[in-house]
Amino acid sequence: MQAGRNVLGTSAPLDLSGDPRRLRKERNVRRLFLSAAVFTILVSVAIVLSLVGEAVAFLQSIASEIDEGLGSLMADGWFPRRDRFDLRTIIWHTLSVSIIAMLVATPLGLGAAVYLSEYAKPGVRRVLKPVLEVLAGIPSVVLGYFALRFITPDILRNLWDTTQQSNLMAAGMGVGILIIPLVSSVSEDAMQAVPRALREASYGLGAKKWHTSLRVVFPAALSGIVAALILGLSRAIGETMVVAIAAGATGGSLLQLNPLYGGQTMTGAMASLAIGSDQVAGGVAAFQSLFFVGLLLFLMTLVLNIGSERLVRRFRQRY
Amino acid sequence: MPTRLEPAPVMVERMVSSDPASSPSTSPESAPVIFDIRGLNVYYRDFHAVADTDLDIHQNEITALIGPSGCGKSTVLRCFNRMNDLIDGARVEGRVLYHGIDLYGPAVDAVEVRRRIGMVFQKPNPFPKSIYDNIVFGPKVAGWKGNLDDLVEESLRRAALWDEVKDKLESSALDLSGGQQQRLCIARAIATSPDVVLMDEPCSALDPIATYRIETLMRELKERYTIVVVTHNMQQAARVSDRTAFFSVDVGTQGQRTGRLVEYDSTDQVFTAPSLKETEDYITGRFG
Repeated sequence: MQAGRNVLGTSAPLDLSGDPRRLRKERNVRRLFLSAAVFTILVSVAIVLSLVGEAVAFLQSIASEIDEGLGSLMADGWFPRRDRFDLRTIIWHTLSVSIIAMLVATPLGLGAAVYLSEYAKPGVRRVLKPVLEVLAGIPSVVLGYFALRFITPDILRNLWDTTQQSNLMAAGMGVGILIIPLVSSVSEDAMQAVPRALREASYGLGAKKWHTSLRVVFPAALSGIVAALILGLSRAIGETMVVAIAAGATGGSLLQLNPLYGGQTMTGAMASLAIGSDQVAGGVAAFQSLFFVGLLLFLMTLVLNIGSERLVRRFRQRY
Repeated sequence: MPTRLEPAPVMVERMVSSDPASSPSTSPESAPVIFDIRGLNVYYRDFHAVADTDLDIHQNEITALIGPSGCGKSTVLRCFNRMNDLIDGARVEGRVLYHGIDLYGPAVDAVEVRRRIGMVFQKPNPFPKSIYDNIVFGPKVAGWKGNLDDLVEESLRRAALWDEVKDKLESSALDLSGGQQQRLCIARAIATSPDVVLMDEPCSALDPIATYRIETLMRELKERYTIVVVTHNMQQAARVSDRTAFFSVDVGTQGQRTGRLVEYDSTDQVFTAPSLKETEDYITGRFG
């Protein structure tokens, strides 16, 4: 290089400090994106804080203002406007809907995933996968009415004629249909991530397709598949619209062990307090109970999501 | 497309390339032929991967397939147990006779083929299961009834791995070293009692000591099995194989690369006195 000449060929001293206007612009763009991220986090924190605050207020007010005190959390049934807040009732109904949903979604979702990942030819997969994902886009209110107007009268009533108009079984099946795409899509991704070399090893040993799918690919993808099921479960626990429409029991419900009868789930209870003639407003214990139940729901799904996150990470590390 | 395969161009090709293939000039003539390949052409959709290859594989010998990248040697190997079936759009034409039966005939089930013709891959690919479960996988899916413990021991002994793993058969195969994993894959392949073991660059992911052990093992295994090995490493072909097939690649007018067999003979002949200049250039490192 010639002395005194910079990269542009002029003899001015070499200056690599950069254009200050461009640097300022970079900084501003960075601040813009940072503020979006911070705003999102602040909103989440605010939501959690308001949940916790109202939930504590709820516990305080039932402890001080209601005759039974905290005993009303174990009262007979969930009737918030009559100060009966039996958590066991709505938690059991939520579990019962979720279990039914998983019984529907697990075989169908995993079956679809194995088919798409292992059996479908690429052309078929290109068509079927988006179709399955369209199912994920069906508004849950539609599935709620599907459960109420089709599953209950045309399926359940034919099987058991004592089935109530609104019942937990139909809601559970509706929620199950709702989460099939989630279960199948996440577990199909897990199966696709199983290295091709393992499939070749299996075929090279003379394994048939179903042996390869079930004994090699499925176990290798197991933690991802379990994560998919946990995500499905947490979605089922949080699902509101389907149970609000199909599981019924406005106003409150008694503990119902038979899923063919109506009952309120945690989300159903919250929805019914927020709308229509059961609507409640600030200050009273019934209103505050919304936040207490909301906090419980939040904690349940949080634990499930963290669990599935861990499983997925462990799966990624394996190969 | 099929018109390309009419006999006329094939004949031209043969005169130049594979004449030596039909008459190996020296060495073990006695070993019976178990694979008789005639006019093999492989396509991946529109891509002509291998053209007009004729090859005989002899029993209880090690046959090495060598050549530069993209010459189709792995593709040819994967025709021997129909592994190309797994690739969407792959098409095989010509005859691949195995003990006189065309492997691509209508009545042949690829699963049956692969139970007789095992395969070891470039990168060790044990299942994420225990050592024991890796070995018994093949026999189990084939519905084999017998003493699995004995089978595991015998397979591992033949693969020269038994002494290193006999105390940890239940631990994960993924905890073994790369060389041990590859010997486990060999043990797994021979646990199904195959007739032929195909090896697709079995040592390319291994260090020299592990490579040496695999090569020693290959020489032992040929007493019982017929081995076809694809290798990038010419010294390896010279060290272990009885016959060597040299493939090369023709680049077409639009840059399409088609592999073809150039010379096939006893390994001694190919490495000491190749009959074609092209082979000699490759062997001596002037090309490829």
